Amino acid sequence: MLPVPYRVQRRRQESHDTFTLELSRSGSAPGLEFAPGQFNMLYAFGAGEVPISISGDPARPDVIAHTTRVVGGVTRVLSRLRRGGTVGLRGPFGNGWPLEQSRGRDVVIVAGGIGLAPLRALLYALTANRGRFARIALVYGARTPEDVLFGAELERWRTSADVEIAVTVDRATESWAGRVGVVTALLRRLSFDPANAVGMICGPEVMMRYAAAELLSRGVAPDSIFLSIERNMKCAVGHCGHCLFGPLFICRDGPVFPYERVETTLRVAEL
Amino acid sequence: MDEKTLRVVTRAALEPLPGLLRDRGFTVVGPTIREAAIVYDEIESLADLPIGWTDEQGPGGYRLRRRSDEALFGYNVGPHSWKGRFHPSDVLLFQAQRNGRDVEFTAPPTESPPVALFGARACDLAAVAIQDRVFLGSASIDPIYATRRRGAFVVAVHCTQAGGTCFCESMRTGPRATRGFDLALTELLGAGEHRFLVENASERGAEIADRLASRPASSEDLAAARAGVERARTSMGRKLDTDGIRDLLYRHAESEVWDAVAHRCLSCTNCTMVCPTCFCTTVEDVSDLSREHAERRRLWDSCFTLGFTHLGSGSVRTSTSSRYRHWITHKLASWHDQFGSSGCVGCGRCITWCPVGIDITEEVGRLREAEGSRAP
Amino acid sequence: MKDLEHLLREHPFASGLPSAALSLLVGCASNVQYEPGEYLFRTGEPADRFFILRHGEVAVEVYAAGRGRITIETAGEGDVLGWSWLVPPHRWLFDGRAITLTRAIALDGACLRAKCEANHDLGYELLKRVTHVMAERLTSARLQVLDLYGDGSGDVV
Repeated sequence: MLPVPYRVQRRRQESHDTFTLELSRSGSAPGLEFAPGQFNMLYAFGAGEVPISISGDPARPDVIAHTTRVVGGVTRVLSRLRRGGTVGLRGPFGNGWPLEQSRGRDVVIVAGGIGLAPLRALLYALTANRGRFARIALVYGARTPEDVLFGAELERWRTSADVEIAVTVDRATESWAGRVGVVTALLRRLSFDPANAVGMICGPEVMMRYAAAELLSRGVAPDSIFLSIERNMKCAVGHCGHCLFGPLFICRDGPVFPYERVETTLRVAEL
Repeated sequence: MDEKTLRVVTRAALEPLPGLLRDRGFTVVGPTIREAAIVYDEIESLADLPIGWTDEQGPGGYRLRRRSDEALFGYNVGPHSWKGRFHPSDVLLFQAQRNGRDVEFTAPPTESPPVALFGARACDLAAVAIQDRVFLGSASIDPIYATRRRGAFVVAVHCTQAGGTCFCESMRTGPRATRGFDLALTELLGAGEHRFLVENASERGAEIADRLASRPASSEDLAAARAGVERARTSMGRKLDTDGIRDLLYRHAESEVWDAVAHRCLSCTNCTMVCPTCFCTTVEDVSDLSREHAERRRLWDSCFTLGFTHLGSGSVRTSTSSRYRHWITHKLASWHDQFGSSGCVGCGRCITWCPVGIDITEEVGRLREAEGSRAP
Repeated sequence: MKDLEHLLREHPFASGLPSAALSLLVGCASNVQYEPGEYLFRTGEPADRFFILRHGEVAVEVYAAGRGRITIETAGEGDVLGWSWLVPPHRWLFDGRAITLTRAIALDGACLRAKCEANHDLGYELLKRVTHVMAERLTSARLQVLDLYGDGSGDVV
């Protein structure tokens, strides 16, 4: 329940409104083991606490990276932290992406906007054991070319880790030579084996619904499509009630769910 | 209940009970009158109880009224439940102190003297059992709840009358308390002297009961006690048909019933505050003017507030209808999936304390009507 | 020609098409190739063709004074591009420009229109398929308009 003080080792501006904080415990304290897809509660002194998924490499528990967008008071205070600053950290919480279930299968990753953050942790884990998986593809949609995150990592995975990567933007500028359109259109063009594929999706809920529908229409089984759901969180341990999503506690039962468990709940407005 | 072990204590002989509990280190909390309502607060002696008072309850209404006798427990449940004792409405989670670039976090002391609940009703004990599952039943235990709950002594009172908004019979939680207590009292009024049937359910309960002057219960005493509970059972102010209720609510995630209730609901949060099982909280972070010291407090929260579901892009449940639906669906349906029971104990508080008298039992009735009208 | 028939039959656009209909389709088809920067079609020109992309990327663009060429959507391998051939006045509403080397099967719209008028069964089969393409494009356009990755304030570039 008590936050642990972590030191900002590095702060990186990823786009005009998105930044990454790399955090480490002071001294010789052990690192924070986490599974890709899990999140931490980050406390900004006096301002409050927010859930932020871990975007870093699970093989580096000594450096815990969080990538987030400035959306409110707490994230604004966090964004102003610099190297040497302190944040309180509780976590890791929640489950992770289904790595074991993906062994030997095609892994189709669909990211939208800041939803790429927890999927970056997944990509670190997948590429660290590249041989365990068949095809790995990432379809990533961003708002504009300026909003595309982790360009260097994406390029590295594309060129040296045999990850098929397709990036698309909703609104292009004249200098953008890449794709324009929604991720579902890219998914339609992607070749993979639906009968032996696992889909992992993170992004705005509307985008996740359409992406899941596209994977379903391609023949991926509803128990092989996974979504990371976002809700308000205060406690992260299933006690505060804020993250209730139908019968599910997003913080404890999720945030990653097989599509079949959340399909009907996602269809009802304001649930 | 083994009727042979039951004993009868007279009104006068019951007098030492709060003191006996206090002598054993308990803070004794029981019903008492504050601001024209019966609430739970620390009591010194039986004199602090609402002796000779009763309450009249209905949708959106609560009044205290004098009784014609000197009953100690001649009323039903008030706006307080025991949840505030174990799950405080406002509690410090930690303090943070800045030293240069470092921040040090300190947890407040968690020690809390054990509490004795004096005069706990069956519905409220069912609620305590439910909150036990919420805060102690999963891998993550709430340390605040655990500390305050630990070692609590419970003196239950079996209800011998039902209030206008009571429906514990429907929820199978009362009017007789069946577990979760050390001692249970049945107040016997009317024929014979003012006396209490005393039932002990634990060793420490027996130890205390032994210190009260008592006699074995006669068959008349037992019959009177049974009749009292039966009277409560048959005079419930409300009924709630729980048959298939979980699926009924899930089937009606989209229903005009929610829009209709939203026309009356003020989103005032009263129902969630008085509910003995509602457990939601928020946190409040404050710092002092020097920005060197900060603290975080945990406060009761309600799913009826707009900010409850706030995300970066806005709130998920913006309409009152969606919030009422969430509350009642959680209470009566998804609670079963999460905690293995209903989240409602039938205490009726949400009906009594709703400023516009929205009645959970009526709303379930409306759902059943809506379903009936749609059936072929 | 055999090659074209094979290529068409493999494509979802032609899946389930009776072989007689497929032959008619092949009769209107030709192989085309575009270098990067080359236009497949231009706004206002007669829309006498549509394309089944076999390789490469095509930007669907519109020119706006002061903003330059704005790409609305890119189409790629497997996509069916263009339905103006079916909708009067049969003129392109956007530019289609190859971004990378693009290979496609071009289907002659005027040829197909005539065959569809003469053979309504073929017309219905084609219409179903083109409607599917249009529905996908419409859904994509709606999702794009939602600006899902924005900050929720609904501002448009």
